[in-house]
Amino acid sequence: MSRQEPIQEMICISCPLGCHLSLYKNDKDELSVTGNKCARGIVYAEEEFYAPKRIVTCTCRAESRILPRLPVRTNASLPKEHINDLIKAAYAMTVKPPVACGQVLIEDFKGTGVNLIASMSLGDGH
Amino acid sequence: MKELHYDVLIIGAGAGGLAAAVEVSKHDTSCALVERESHLGGILVQCIHNGFGLEEFKEELTGPEFADRQVQQVLASNVDVYTDTTVTQLDADGDLKEAYCFSPAYGVLKITAHAVILAMGCRERNRGNIRTPGTRPAGVYTAGLAQRLVNIEGYIPGKDVVIVGSGDIGLIMARRMTWVGAKVHAVIEIQPYPSGLTRNIVQCLNDFDIPLYLSHVVSRIEGKDRIEKVRVCPLANGIPDEDNSFDIPCDTLLLSVGLVPENELSKEAGVQINPQTNGALVDATMMTSVDGVFSCGNVLHVHDLADWVAEEARRTGRYAVAYLRDERPKRQIRIKAGANVRYINPTMLDPDNPDKLYFRSLIVKNQAKLHLKLDHNPVKEVKISHVQPSEMLHVKVKPKDVASWNIMKDSVLEVSVE
Ligand SMILES: Cc1cc2nc3c(=O)[nH]c(=O)nc-3n(C[C@H](O)[C@H](O)[C@H](O)COP(=O)(O)OP(=O)(O)OC[C@H]3O[C@@H](n4cnc5c(N)ncnc54)[C@H](O)[C@@H]3O)c2cc1C
Ligand code: SF4
Repeated sequence: MSRQEPIQEMICISCPLGCHLSLYKNDKDELSVTGNKCARGIVYAEEEFYAPKRIVTCTCRAESRILPRLPVRTNASLPKEHINDLIKAAYAMTVKPPVACGQVLIEDFKGTGVNLIASMSLGDGH
Repeated sequence: MKELHYDVLIIGAGAGGLAAAVEVSKHDTSCALVERESHLGGILVQCIHNGFGLEEFKEELTGPEFADRQVQQVLASNVDVYTDTTVTQLDADGDLKEAYCFSPAYGVLKITAHAVILAMGCRERNRGNIRTPGTRPAGVYTAGLAQRLVNIEGYIPGKDVVIVGSGDIGLIMARRMTWVGAKVHAVIEIQPYPSGLTRNIVQCLNDFDIPLYLSHVVSRIEGKDRIEKVRVCPLANGIPDEDNSFDIPCDTLLLSVGLVPENELSKEAGVQINPQTNGALVDATMMTSVDGVFSCGNVLHVHDLADWVAEEARRTGRYAVAYLRDERPKRQIRIKAGANVRYINPTMLDPDNPDKLYFRSLIVKNQAKLHLKLDHNPVKEVKISHVQPSEMLHVKVKPKDVASWNIMKDSVLEVSVE
């Protein structure tokens, strides 16, 4: 039997080794992975193939004398297709101090279950 | 002039200075932490991306979150913090070190201490350091300055961006500029391999289809008032191949071409510098050539991970306290960077209290081996799954390793990678 062509190739980013992964599908539509040096590579490949997600970090406007921008991030990885919309929503927002690090600013963005949270505290005095 | 006295003075309140301060305060020792900015946390505060804290706090944090946790620890301790205060001169010859500081609140301030920890971090190399010919238009920034403008001041430096250098700061900024609506046209790297982490190549370039030109240089910068384009030139066997060069129009050029420890203050205080790292030469206790003056973090050697800066700084804090108690090593042996090792830090080992060594490889290799040799005799071997120059490595020498070593007064420990 001739070796089938991979349906996708990717680099695992779960650790600094950066294994080059090849993804294959059999007749039953099951995914298999080669090139991974450890099991985490398989988990990464499956996620990246079916539903690629990323942590998003950016800033939003803050009503503050010393810090015009408040750093924010998602509390979990967000499906890639929602990233641009989330960033737009963050840029459109202005937060008023006090803000605590970890405070939820947008809850359950577009039903993904992912929140946008403050990644720095901003006291009243600012 | 206001005068203050402490057991330990720490200069710089980044990841290093904060960790050292917490450690020093645990030992019933008075401590002043002096920082020239109005905020604590140093460079961490502008690194709003995630990728910090996996070792220190066992979870993945952003830079500001990492700093926030450290700051909470400092505020809960008895450390006296002076922000907006710059140390402008350090006289460290005598037993009592004298630091002259300037702050808008106090004017000139003199702080004396028996031990000083240098934790001033590093600064970025700029265009002068890499000597790119062409005009001198506006729109050329170092990547870290651009990061500060975007993330802290909320100012977007330009819309059409080219990045020189594939170090992590450049890669992170490629994504950041894309997320603020700019178009990043290319990242240009002189080496045949990227100098940043693979995960950053994937998340910051591949995710946005940003091309990475390896073995290429920016050979000209053009533009009258504002930069208009750069000429990009491939290298053939290390020599610029002008015939195959091409232009990329842009209004912004970001330089991510390396960091240099900030040692002006240290040099004036008489601290001897290691030409391999541009940081101080330190012994097994992180003490510089000047008695009672210690160094850690990016001012000692440029680190990739804030977690490692914090670890090194904690050790340094502990050694500074030991120095105050006259607990010094009974003997130390010299450590030498051998084949394929660029440098090693510290450069001495205390056989009675061996510790962690940080080093950088000169080569890229999978399944590499680290060899330790004492006076040419192999004494320890460690497998490392992957080495590359841009990734700092470490090895822990354990008391049980040393137990069987035949140590002489002038023994030398050589570290090499194969
Ligand atoms: C852009 C960028 C991205 C990074 N990304 C990551 C990452 O994803 N993950 C990770 O773990 N690490 C990352 N790092 C590395 C890590 O953040 C740094 O190595 C670490 O934070 C450095 O800490 P430091 O205390 O040595 O230096 P700094 O944070 O630079 O602190 C030095 C402090 O000293 C002060 N100072 C200097 N001179 C004086 C003086 N004369 N008087 C008073 N104060 C003075 C400065 O103002 C500064 O606050 C990144 C670094 C950079 C630059
Ligand atoms: S497959 Fe395993 S070893 Fe390879 S990069 Fe992924 S996590 Fe690292």
